[in-house]
Formats: sequence, structure tokens, C-alpha cells
Amino acid sequence: MTQQDTATPEHVEYVLRLGDNALILGQRLSEWCGRAPVLEEDLALANMALDLIGQARLLLSHAGKLEGKGRDEDQMAFLRVERDYRNLTLAEVPNEDFGRTTVRNFLFSAFQVLLWEKLGRSSDAELAAIAAKSLKEARYHLTHAAEWAIRLGDGTEVSHQKAQAALDYLWPYTAELFVASPTDDAIAAAGIGPAWSELEAAWEASVLPVLAEATLVVPARTPFKSFGKFGRHSEHMGHLLATMQYMQRTYPGATW
Amino acid sequence: MERKEWPLWEVFIRSRNGLDHKHCGSVHAPDATMALQMARDVYTRRLEGVSIWVVRASDIVAADPDAKPELFDPAEDKIYRHPTFYQLPEEVNHM
Repeated sequence: MTQQDTATPEHVEYVLRLGDNALILGQRLSEWCGRAPVLEEDLALANMALDLIGQARLLLSHAGKLEGKGRDEDQMAFLRVERDYRNLTLAEVPNEDFGRTTVRNFLFSAFQVLLWEKLGRSSDAELAAIAAKSLKEARYHLTHAAEWAIRLGDGTEVSHQKAQAALDYLWPYTAELFVASPTDDAIAAAGIGPAWSELEAAWEASVLPVLAEATLVVPARTPFKSFGKFGRHSEHMGHLLATMQYMQRTYPGATW
Repeated sequence: MERKEWPLWEVFIRSRNGLDHKHCGSVHAPDATMALQMARDVYTRRLEGVSIWVVRASDIVAADPDAKPELFDPAEDKIYRHPTFYQLPEEVNHM
């Protein structure tokens, strides 16, 4: 495979970001299994978690091939150290309650839809194929989460208060999505994918009308920035990894 | 006392184009839009369908189970209503 010889570190990094977002949010959502407010939503959240973990498998396998060090999807997912994960901090913060889970799914899916739309035309053929498959999944996630966000925000007093608290908590983490980086510049120049900073206007056009319909107030931007996609994670990441990596670290190479 | 539970929706799935929608179960959902999504997530996870109908269970008018004797029993002794007595030509015998 020629890509193996020609992949740049930025290319690997960019695909890792995509894969780690899917993996870490998939892990978070799987925590809901058996605990969602109603059976129907339990299945919906598990479905979304499985969609994301499916995307993560494809993306991390691809990143491993691009990297050319012989690491497979399991090694990528379970045997890296915290600083090597490139997911957004937004993906790793705790679920808290159904309100925060829903608002996060909404904010994240809206971003993923934009990404997959652009990546469908990637010069990396493998990535373009993954994007085409994942776009359909992300569109459903967005629809579902948006419907819920509207019903929670514009629902009862308690549901509104929880949805607003979720938005207040999550909104500062969304600034990270659009922080420019040399990786993004290199990827955009190579036609592999969009620089994430270019997606901000489209993302806002996607999420703001729904938040308005949900009667939620969007907080003002502050100087706060998170840096998960650069490998600097929140205090929650270590706990998440300890749970997620336990099996592979305790029984290395275990299969079933 | 007002019940704060979501209404029940009956779910009908068409498994392939050209076939009928078949009743496959029910979901609780706050409204029609969510009922469709719930039905999608609960009943089409294994490629069961290409189309979903949901109907509010309270909107279905059902025959009274206690009226079974007068509704259905009279048909019992009228087997001549079945088409099995007709000899079909070989060509259409598998219709």
C-alpha cells in the first residue's frame, strides 16, 4: 500500500483525532447501557455508541496502517497512554445526566456531520469511504439528539434547567473544535480534509437555530480553551481510560 | 390524577418493498416524531425494515374480545368459503 510509505505525521494525527473522538464518545455512551431513563432510549444510546465504536475501529485501523508501525485497531484503542489520545475534551467529560448526554450528542453530531460531508471528498480514498458510511450514522445521531434537545429545553421546568446547565457546562469545550493548528493547515493543503477552524460558521448555523427552538441561552465565549485534540486532557480522561483499557492491560492480547 | 407517562404507540414495519407493513410491537414516546425514532432504534436494528408506521395505541379501535362467539364462531361451519374446493389448472396451481 503506497499510503503507508507516504503518510505524513499530520495525516496520522488527523485520522487519530477522528478515530479517538468516535472511540471516546462511544465509550462514554456505552456507560448508559442498562441505565437510560426508558428502554427505548437505552437502545438508542447503545445504537449510537455502537455506531461510534464501529467508526473508531475503521479509523484507528486506518491510522495504524498510515503510521506504518504495525499497530492494529486494538493496540491503537487500548494500549496507548493518555497523552497520545487526540480526542476533543468535549468527548471525554462525564455523561452527568441525560440532559448533558443529549446536549453533548447534539453539539458533537452537528460537528461530525459537517466533517463527514467534507471528508467524503478526501484525497485519502480510505478516509472518504469511511466518511460516506459514517455520514449516514451521524445524520441520524444529529436528528435524534436535536429532537431531544428541543423537548428537554422547551419541556418542563426541570428539564429546561438541566438542559441549560448542560449547555452552560459544555459550551466552553466547543471552542476547542475550531482552534487552528499546523496539522489542520497541512491536511487542508494536501486535500485530505478540512481545517476544523473552517467549519465554525457552518456548525453555528447548524446548532444555533435548534438551541433557540429549545429556548436555551447560548453562553458568551470566554478565553477558556481545552486542548484534548492536542493530547492535553481533562482530569476525567484517566478514569475513562482505566475502565476502557483494563481488559487489554490485564490480559494482553486476549481475544474471544 | 393526571398520569405523566408517555403514550403507547403501536409499531408497524415493512420488511421489504412490495410487502405489507406488519405489526411488530410497541414503544412509549412523547409524540409522533419521537415514536418513529424510538421504533427505528428498537425494531430495525437488524435490518428488519425499509418503512415504519406508528399509530397511537389509543387510536386503534379493536373488536371486543368478549364478542368472539357472535363475531367469529358463525364462520366455523362455512368451509365452502375457502377456495380449496376448486380444481386449479396446473399452470396456476402455485398461486
